[in-house]
Amino acid sequence: MAELRSHISTGNARPVLHEIRAALEALLATGTETIIDLGAIPFAAGDERLLDSVLGPGEVVATIRALGETRVQETGIAGVWRVDHFDEDGETLSRFVEITFMPEILRTQRADAEQALDTLAARLARPDAPTH
Amino acid sequence: MADKPLLPELMKAHGISRRGFLKYCATLTSMMALPPILAPKVAMALEGASRPSVIWLSFQECTGCTEAITRSYAPTIEDLIFNAISLDYHHTLQAASGEAAEAAREAAMEENWGNYLVIVDGSIPLANPGFSTIAGISNLEMLKQTAEGAAAIVAVGSCAAFGGIPHADPNPTGAVSVADIITDKPIINVPGCPPIPVVMTSVLAQFLAFGLDSIEVDDLGRPKAFYSETIHDRCYRRPFYDKGLFAESFDDEGAREGWCLYKLGCKGPTTKSVCATVKWNDGTSFPIQAGHPCLGCTEPDFWDNGGFYKPLSVPAGDYRKLGLAAVAGGAVLGVAGGAIARSVKSSAAAKHEPVTPDDLEKKS
Repeated sequence: MAELRSHISTGNARPVLHEIRAALEALLATGTETIIDLGAIPFAAGDERLLDSVLGPGEVVATIRALGETRVQETGIAGVWRVDHFDEDGETLSRFVEITFMPEILRTQRADAEQALDTLAARLARPDAPTH
Repeated sequence: MADKPLLPELMKAHGISRRGFLKYCATLTSMMALPPILAPKVAMALEGASRPSVIWLSFQECTGCTEAITRSYAPTIEDLIFNAISLDYHHTLQAASGEAAEAAREAAMEENWGNYLVIVDGSIPLANPGFSTIAGISNLEMLKQTAEGAAAIVAVGSCAAFGGIPHADPNPTGAVSVADIITDKPIINVPGCPPIPVVMTSVLAQFLAFGLDSIEVDDLGRPKAFYSETIHDRCYRRPFYDKGLFAESFDDEGAREGWCLYKLGCKGPTTKSVCATVKWNDGTSFPIQAGHPCLGCTEPDFWDNGGFYKPLSVPAGDYRKLGLAAVAGGAVLGVAGGAIARSVKSSAAAKHEPVTPDDLEKKS
């Protein structure tokens, strides 16, 4: 099925790639981060394939497990990331290209760290907490 | 409403991390057709949002809208939107029935007078109030009663928004839309048969996050975020239309190659909806991607427009006249030929002569 669909393309991949290039220039020149929502433009399987083949695979692949999986991958063009959100059934929720030094969702969020501090303290305070 | 927990607290209680919340906001921002860079603002707005009381009224409908909004959700993010509102009455979903259910509705109205949100699916019969009643109360009476203390009304589905299928010729029940009855409250129409589930929930989320004023609507009362562009504008088959490559039947080479379905009756050029980008079944596909022409279900009177498999260029009612303008203005005559297209449209309409795609080709 994937094979059958894969030849369809809207011609939108190249304009997006040029947008990415301009965004990368802006990131280097002024530090401006850009997020491109791939769900907001017509993007068929053939476009996706062209985007993937031009950007290529990069050094970082991370999986976040929060409300289903999120795959964060740096592409072969450093500073250009793919962030794909899926729900608990593995269905796509949203897809982004982020032009940034570090996608926000990869960082530990302050609120999570604050809650984690409480969790750790509670674990250490338990009477049956391991001592060695 | 003050004792109802805020969304981030609810998420925390459900063991959802801040990352999960950020992901939720990123997806919501995408659904609301806002620029992705606004995701942090959506997050901030949702952090402070309280849970409004919601009363859902189902009148002359098939329950397809409720099926759609509930079926594909739990336990995905949309479920959270439901946790973020207080759904106080929905006679299909709630356990209580009869007088107990009506008591819940009345209590919610009293506690939240002036602030609750009313969601309506289904049309309202005017020919005889007995055609559709709930707990002995006619639809008309229940709508008027409940609307009185509402902050706003969301009409989900084409029946509530435009009368829909019950309203179709010869309209035996005298079915009308919500806006035909209620004129003194803000009404947001979310048409579709059914509407895309995430569109329904996203409209609610936008109401929750940014308030009623943030929801900009078009001349048919539809939120512009989801109904400002036609399916045709965003269709992945559009390049074939632009090149004049059409499927002529459901089993020819063009159909197999995924060419444009315009000649098979596709209403995409005159139908405003985000089907082509948001898609259905958690973003899997939409009718045109499955090889079937769009039926135009988000537009008024879609059922009475001359046949689902006739090309738009065959005029049959007001809706089709619009179709001719869109099609003639687009590819056949070129964008600059818009004025000519309009005159073709009005003369065809005046004479009520059938115009086929071939006729249009000859005129170009």
